[in-house]
Amino acid sequence: MEAPSPYFFLVILCGVALIFPLGPLALAWMWRRFVQPPRPGPAKNATYECGIESLGEARVQFQSQYYLYCIIFLIFDVEAIFLIPFAVAFTGLPVGAFIAMLVFVLLLMEGLVWAWSKGCLDWARTR
Amino acid sequence: MSEGVDEGLRSELQKQGIWVTSTQELYNWSRRNSIWPLQFGLACCAIEMIATAASKYDLARFGGEVFRPSPRQADLMIVAGTVTKKMAPQIVRLYNQMPDPKYVISMGACAISGGPFKQGYNVLKGVDRFIPVDVYIPGCPPRPEALLHAFMELQRKIDGQKLTGAGKSDHLDASKPSEFPVPAFGAHDLEPPSNPDLFHPPEFQRS
Repeated sequence: MEAPSPYFFLVILCGVALIFPLGPLALAWMWRRFVQPPRPGPAKNATYECGIESLGEARVQFQSQYYLYCIIFLIFDVEAIFLIPFAVAFTGLPVGAFIAMLVFVLLLMEGLVWAWSKGCLDWARTR
Repeated sequence: MSEGVDEGLRSELQKQGIWVTSTQELYNWSRRNSIWPLQFGLACCAIEMIATAASKYDLARFGGEVFRPSPRQADLMIVAGTVTKKMAPQIVRLYNQMPDPKYVISMGACAISGGPFKQGYNVLKGVDRFIPVDVYIPGCPPRPEALLHAFMELQRKIDGQKLTGAGKSDHLDASKPSEFPVPAFGAHDLEPPSNPDLFHPPEFQRS
């Protein structure tokens, strides 16, 4: 007897791969058709499911202005990381390091004043 | 049990190592052993419900440990606690959103009738005014054993549900309602105060 083509197993695997998902789907369809007909309703079809009726639309706009807030927050967040070792080593610092740190803080303060004057801290931007 | 197979023949076959079953039996067997409750508690009964699900009482022994946070995945609603009139519409809506087949256990005196708060202006006098209840558990609050007993009663009920024929279960009948009207907040009470199609209180006979 001739050995089957090595590709024959691929055909078998393809068949199994088809039956595996389609079989349960067909069974589910038959169950729905013959045993348990669907009983939809407005609440059952609703998207939201916490018991409260949803208000308004799902699409809510967030102003891109929030981005500026985030950037400014990030800068001062990083500043805090630098300030903590500065504060810990404060008594043992040479004058040069102190001035360097002062310049760094002043630069950041200037940045804050600039952002403030640009109106970045106002929520609904007027300018 | 199954109607197709004679009980004596069944037992005889089982002795020979042949296990006979029916679709209905298999269906009910799998359903009653994986009842997923909806995860919500309303008052002190919820604490007992939590205790039932925890390791000491272990609801998992009965296949009910998977508390689902979404009504879409839940089979059983355990109304555990005082249902205020403010909460009632949400409960009915959650019940409506559960997929069929769905069951309700009314746990404790409050969920049954309003309990000690029955005279209160803001407490619903029984959750069965708006949703159909399968098992009632008295108690204030009922002990975890009582909830387990109710769970077993529910399993017994599921076991007896028919898949086909005249007396088949309601959830298999497309003409039976699957959703119940959600009450609205009125000026003094919920409107309607109860679902007239569902709630039939016993007539009080004065002799």
